[in-house]
Parts: sequence; structure tokens; C-alpha cells
Amino acid sequence: MTFYDIIFYLFAAITLISALFVVSTRNIVYSAFYLLFTFFGVAGIYVLLGADFIAVVQIMVYVGGILILLLFGVMLTNKITNVEIRTGTVQLLPAAIGIGIFMGAVVAVMIWTEWKLEPAQIPLTTTKDIGHLLITDYVLIFELLGILLLIALIGAASIARRDQE
Amino acid sequence: MLQVGLTHFLIISAVLFSLGIYGIVTRKNAVMVLMGIELVLNAANINFVAFSKFGNFGLGGQVIALFVIVLAAAEAAIALAIVLNIYKTFSNVNVDEIDHLKE
Amino acid sequence: MSESLLINLSIIILFLPLLGFSIVVLLGKRFPKLYLLEVGILGIALLLSVALLLGKFTNYMTNDIVASFTWITMGNAPLVGSLNIELGIKIDNITAIMLVVVNLISFLVHVYSIEYMRGDKRYTRYFAYLGIFTFSMLGIVLTHNLLMMYIFWELVGVSSFLLIGFWFEKKSAADAAKKAFIVNRIGDIGMFIGILILFTHYKTFTFDLIFQQIADGNLPFGSDAWLTAAGILVFMGAVGKSAQFPLHVWLPDAMEGPTPVSALIHAATMVAAGVYLVVRIFVMLTADAMLVIAVVGAFTALVAATIALTQNDIKKVLAYSTVSQLGYMVMSLGVGAYAFAFFHLVTHAFFKACLFLGSGSVIHAMHHEQDIRNMGGLRKKMPITYYTFLVSTLAISGVPFFSGFLSKDGILAGTLAFGKLTGHWLIPLMAFTVAALTAFYMFRLVILTFHGKPKDHHKFEHAHESPFVMTAPLVLLAVLSIFIWYTPNPIAPDAGWFMKTWVKTPVQVTPLESRFNFMQPSREEAKVHGEVVHSVEYSEAIHWAHYPAMLLSLIVAGLGILIAFMFYQWKKLNADKLAVKLQLLYNFSLNKWYLDEAYDATAVHGTLGSSKMLAWFDNKIIDGIVNGSAWVTRFTSKLSGLFDTFVVDGLVNFSAFFSGFIGLSFKRLQTGKVQTYIVYVVFAVIFLLLFLKPF
Repeated sequence: MTFYDIIFYLFAAITLISALFVVSTRNIVYSAFYLLFTFFGVAGIYVLLGADFIAVVQIMVYVGGILILLLFGVMLTNKITNVEIRTGTVQLLPAAIGIGIFMGAVVAVMIWTEWKLEPAQIPLTTTKDIGHLLITDYVLIFELLGILLLIALIGAASIARRDQE
Repeated sequence: MLQVGLTHFLIISAVLFSLGIYGIVTRKNAVMVLMGIELVLNAANINFVAFSKFGNFGLGGQVIALFVIVLAAAEAAIALAIVLNIYKTFSNVNVDEIDHLKE
Repeated sequence: MSESLLINLSIIILFLPLLGFSIVVLLGKRFPKLYLLEVGILGIALLLSVALLLGKFTNYMTNDIVASFTWITMGNAPLVGSLNIELGIKIDNITAIMLVVVNLISFLVHVYSIEYMRGDKRYTRYFAYLGIFTFSMLGIVLTHNLLMMYIFWELVGVSSFLLIGFWFEKKSAADAAKKAFIVNRIGDIGMFIGILILFTHYKTFTFDLIFQQIADGNLPFGSDAWLTAAGILVFMGAVGKSAQFPLHVWLPDAMEGPTPVSALIHAATMVAAGVYLVVRIFVMLTADAMLVIAVVGAFTALVAATIALTQNDIKKVLAYSTVSQLGYMVMSLGVGAYAFAFFHLVTHAFFKACLFLGSGSVIHAMHHEQDIRNMGGLRKKMPITYYTFLVSTLAISGVPFFSGFLSKDGILAGTLAFGKLTGHWLIPLMAFTVAALTAFYMFRLVILTFHGKPKDHHKFEHAHESPFVMTAPLVLLAVLSIFIWYTPNPIAPDAGWFMKTWVKTPVQVTPLESRFNFMQPSREEAKVHGEVVHSVEYSEAIHWAHYPAMLLSLIVAGLGILIAFMFYQWKKLNADKLAVKLQLLYNFSLNKWYLDEAYDATAVHGTLGSSKMLAWFDNKIIDGIVNGSAWVTRFTSKLSGLFDTFVVDGLVNFSAFFSGFIGLSFKRLQTGKVQTYIVYVVFAVIFLLLFLKPF
């Protein structure tokens, strides 16, 4: 057990436990806060994978953007002490069993597949290289995403205020 | 087994994915369903980054992960706008009651 | 002017109308004055295309300018080989001339519409539609391959649909738009199959590459029957778009659209697209295909001319005359008089646009009265409209000193030569009959509309000459219908610059044995590379046919005009009595050969009937089976229920959990709830994983 491994298990535990709370707690606001920890945990895992830039983006966009957006969503649409947040569509136990089987299957695939491992040289800082990639190989996708974000912005605004005309 | 390698990250991602699906399936509130979706996207992202490191694909995986994050942001914005609209129409956001698609 | 400059110019010309369309469609509601921008853009496009024409003719009179790039590379597919789809532009003389014609008429129609459409509630959108139409038409003209041609072909169809149905509140207009679209589709299917035959074999859509390979003796699937089939099938597209028999029925109905639209689309440009298509593929037409085309064209011309004799709606008469003239052009291509067909396309575009715009002017003045029986005497009230209309009528009737005489005479000479060389004398016979009929019904139209005494005094009192923006296009178009623009010698079309230098009949690429004899290159000429056109035999025949054709056409045109005057001006003969006497023929013509009724009875009712039958089959048989199986299911489930209750009490506790689980998933498969669907997906993934067994 190297130091790297310990850190990994720490982040993995943070991620998975908080994710479990996200999907099981009854209070929607708690749920949102556990989601915060999940995102941090995932960011930590990114760092362990040598993806420092992605980790920072993860924190900035997910924590700074999406989570806040979700909290707004919660506050705008709920009385905070909401009574029932479980769905009536799917019962908890069958769902848990089904998802358990699913998880087992996927994990089994992950473990027993012979992955083609070729340790690559990930540079220490990836920001510059990602920047290069974005404006060379992936420039079309990059531009399209810019347009997509603009469309999403306009679309979200127009959907949200539709009935005020 | 304890030596951390690709498999470990993949298992984390698989579990996170399953938890996300569980959240999507069992939750009543549309916002919480969205949280489940975010978990699923994060799980996928972990896979991308992990393969990028262990599979010698260069930084492509990381770039794709970046794109996924951007898409997630766009999706969250649109989804919340829709949720707000649903709230205005039905005065709740319970996905199990909004089944007008059936008709 | 360098080649790249011309190419860039043509691309600008192509996209200018699209730009106008986008701006007007997006901002038209906010800024209703934007239609002026659209008109201005068309003006610029016109100027540029004139510049392009001059550049082409001064520097590149004999060579074509081609620019293309690879659009889609499908790599090296097994069995198929490499597939590259190219987009590109080809500018030859025909293209350059067509660009000017399309832009000129489009511009004039734009100007004309400013006044004609004033006050319409979708005023700006009308101009936007004109813009998209012009764009698509220019695309057809400029393209160098069949795929782009097909794309723009359909775009033209759509914009025509939009414009015919422009007043879609009127049921007849909406129906006419639908009819035009569907009838066109029938032709387009044929065209599509034809294109695919060529593409499957040659792996390219580009005209020149296909022709090159045919010339090298590489026939589609190794037989000239396929080449004939491809030619006829592609020609089917032209049958639809250029309103040839039997798909001509949409064009008269399309007159429900605004009159300037009729002038632009259904007289001068869009319907000419079909002829243009045949012009483009002319070199790959085998003798059999050409004969089919000639017969279809001649028959169309005859049918439409006989129908036009008895129509009473001013626009319907013009519509049928358009069909008839298009038949002329197609027939002309079929008999090998390539250059005259294109010449007639150009001259016809001008005088027919003038006629339509003139009729629009009359309709405008008469407050949307279209029945010529209620008109008359308008000559004094609307002098400019009258004289321009008269000039165009003289042109279409084939009177010397007007453009129509030149092109028509050429076509007639071509048919006569064709008859002499191949023995198909029926085609020239039909052609001359049509010439006489054309002169007759056009003068009937003029006399009933402008001469004589007014019949509807109320409307007549209010009639007035149209304003300047409407008469100016009329005058310009009428001026363009005079011979001097095309040739210095009013009786010899081939002496003029149009025929002599601008448009040359290209060399056929089809194998020698599947050409007409007279299309074979003559031996001496074959040695001179590049200038091989026709055998001596053909030029001799044309020469032989020239004067007889001219005399004959003068006689029949004069006869037609004379009879028209006898009937309607001097009243020496009574048309109504004749109609009674020839009741059967009269009704046959008035009801358009009962073609609409025939189609209604066969195609439309056939489709409806078969769908009704299918519905009955669904209702009775399929539903019966479903209900029966439901009953069986109910019965067995009742049985098993009994079995459950009375026999297997012990297992119930276990199965309750299981069946509850399954039941939840399957009982409400279609819940409309997203979450259930996700559950299905999860299960599907599980089973997929188990099935693939990667571990």
C-alpha cells in the first residue's frame, strides 16, 4: 500500500459513500450537499489519474455551476421540507435488487476483461497540451460546443419564461 | 489486488454509474433525477480519463471528458428550465405524475 | 477576367438570393421594408450575371469553366471501390445565358410584385419565397453533377409548393400546391432511379465524368439498353417539372398562385428546368431515348394546344400554352435540334413572362377578374399592357421579326429534317398543327381581352393602366421579344450570334450503333477533333427543311390568326354554334381530355381504395386475431388463477414476490414515465452483458 493507494481509497470512499447518500437520503437539500462531496471526490480521482486540468474544470463547472443551478432548481420548485421524494413508479426493493444485478454484471465485466494496458506518458501539466488539442484536432467539436452552449443559454431562457407573453 | 490500477478506477466508475441509475429510477423529484444523471455522467468521465491514462490514447480521453462536462452544463441548464416550466404547469415536479406522453 | 474570378462570381450570384431569403425571413416581421433589400439583391445578382456572361463570352467562348471539390469521401468500400461525391460548378455558354435569363426575369418579377402584391398580409414573406426560389433555380443552372442537380431540383419543388400555396386559406390554392408537389414527385422518382443507375455503375455524379466514360465505351452494366433506360428515367424528372404529358396536370392548377409567380416559376424558369436537364444529359441520349422524348414532347404540345383552344380563364390559356411550348422544346431536343430547343427556351422565357405579367396587369386592373368572357375593349384603357401583350403574342405565334419566329421556325425545320431522315413524319405534322393552334388561341385571347366591346361595364369603368413599376418590366420583356437581339437577319435564325457562336450542339457520346444515323460524325469531320457535330446528311436535311418549314409555319400561323379574327373580331363565323355542332370535341377539350378525372378515378381512388382495404384488413382480421388471442389469454389466466387458488397454495408466497416484480416491469410497459423506461434499459444492458459474456 503506497501513499498513492491510500489517497485513492480515500477519494473512492468519499465519492461512493456520498453518492450513496445522494441517492438515498430523504431530504433533497442534503442530497444536493452530498452531491458536492461526490464531485470533489471525483475531482480527486481525476488528479490521481494525472488529469489536473479536468479536475479543476470539474470543480469549477460542476460545483460552481451545475450544483448551484440544481440548488436553484430545488429552491424554486419545492417547499424545502418536502414530504415524499421517492417515486411511486418503481419500488425501492425491486429497484435495489435490479440495480444490484446490473452493478454486479458491469463490475464483473470490468474485472474480467483483458484490458490492453499501455502506460502512457501523461505530462505533468496537461493544460497546455489540452489547449493545443482543442484548437487543432478537436477544433470543430470545440466550435460546435460553443454554439451548443449559446443555443442552450437562449433555449433555457426562452423555455423558462415562455408563459409570460 | 491492492495495487491501484485501471480496474480500480473502472470499478469505482461502475458503482457510481449504478448509483446514478438507482437515483434516476427511484426518485420522485425531477431535480433529484437530474442529480442521478450527473452521477452517471461523472462515472462515464472517470472511464474516459482512466482509459486516457492507461490505454495510451494521448490526451484525447481528457479532451472528451472536458466536452462531456460542457454538455452536462448545457443539459443541466435546459433541464432546469424545463423543470421550472413543469412546475408552473403542474405545480409540482414529480416525474411519476407527469405521464402525459402516455396519451 | 480569370477563371477563378468567374467561379467566385458565380458562387456569389448563387448565394445572394439565399442571403436575401435568410435576412427577409428572419427579420421580415420586424422590418416590413426589407422586401426592398430582396429586390436590390436580385438587381445586384442580375448585374453580376451580366458581367459573368460578358466575361465568359469575351475570354472563354469555346471552353467550359469547371470548379469542384470532394464533398464526401467514403473511402474504399469492399465490392464497391472508392466512392467520392463531388460538388462543383460548371460554367459553359448555356449556363451563362441561363444565369442572365433567370436573374433578369426574377428581378423583373420582383419589381413587378412590389405593386401587384401590395397590401397582402404576407407581403415580405412573399419576397423571401421568391428569393429561395431564385437560389434553387440558380443552383440547378450552375451545378456540374446530378446529385446537386437533384438537391436543387427538390428545393425548386419546395419553393414552388410554397408559392403556389401562397394564399393557402383558399382551398383550391392549397390543393393545387399539394397536387403540384405530388405529381412532381412521381417524375422525380424516375429521375432518382435514373441517377442511381448511373451512379451505381460509374461511381460518380459528375456529368462530364459520366459522359467521358460512356464515350470510352463503358456502358451502364455493359448494355446500351441500360443507357436508354437511364436516359428515359432521368427524362422523367423533366416530364414532371416541365409538365409534359402525362404529368402536365399540375401546371394549369398551379395558376392558383399569385400571377407574378406564375410568370416566374410556371412560365419562364422552373418549368424550363426540365428542358435544361434534358439539355444537360443530351449527349448521353440514345436514339431510342430521343425518340421517346420527341414523341412525348410532340404529344404534349398537341394535347395542351387543343385544350387551350376552349379555356376561358386568361391564366389557364397561358398555362396550357406554356405546356404546349415546353412540349415544343422537349420535342426539339428529341429530334436533335439541340441549339434551337435552348434558343426557344430563352425566347419563350421572355415572351411568356411578358404575357403572364401582362395578364397580371389585366387581372389587377379588373379587380381579380380572370374570365376572358367578361373582358373586352381594354385596348383603350390599358395601352401599354395591350401593346406589350400584342408583341409577345406575335412572338409566340411565330410572326416574322419577333423572337418566337426564329426559334420556332428552327424547331419546325428540325422536325421536318427529322421526318425526312427517319421517316417519322407524324412528329413534324403534329408540330405544324400545334403552330396553327397556337396562333389561333393566342389571338382569341388577345381579341377577347383587349378588342371588341366591354362586357362587364362596372369593372370596365374602374379598369386603369397599371403603375410604372408594373409596366416597365412589361416593356422591357416585350423589347426582348424582338428579333434584333438574337440575329441580324430576321428570317435566318442560324445566321445570328446566338445560334452561330453562343450555343453549339455537342457531340453525342453514345456508342455509334445506338445513335440515329444522322447523329453519326461524318468521316471528314471526325478527323478534326472537337468540332464533330453532325453528319453532312443532317446539315443538308436542315438546309433542305429551312425554307419549306418557314413557308409552312408562316402559312399555318397566318391561317390561325386569320381564323381567330374571323371568329372573334369580325364575327364572320360563330364560335358558339361551332361549339354546339362539335359538342363532343368541345367538351373533350374544355374538360382537358378528362385527364384529371381519369387520374382521380385511377390513381387517387386506387390509393384510397387500397388503403381502405388495408384498414378493413387491420380492423377485422388483425384486430380479430389480437382480440382472439386476448380472449385465449384471459381464458388461460382464469384457468391458472383457479389453479393457483386451489392447487398450489404452497408456492404462492414465493411466486407473489417474483410475479410482483415481473408484473411491475411488464404490466405497465407503456407507463409514459421516464423512470420505467430506464429500468428497461438497465435490464437490457444486463442481458446484453450476459449474452456477450465478455468475462
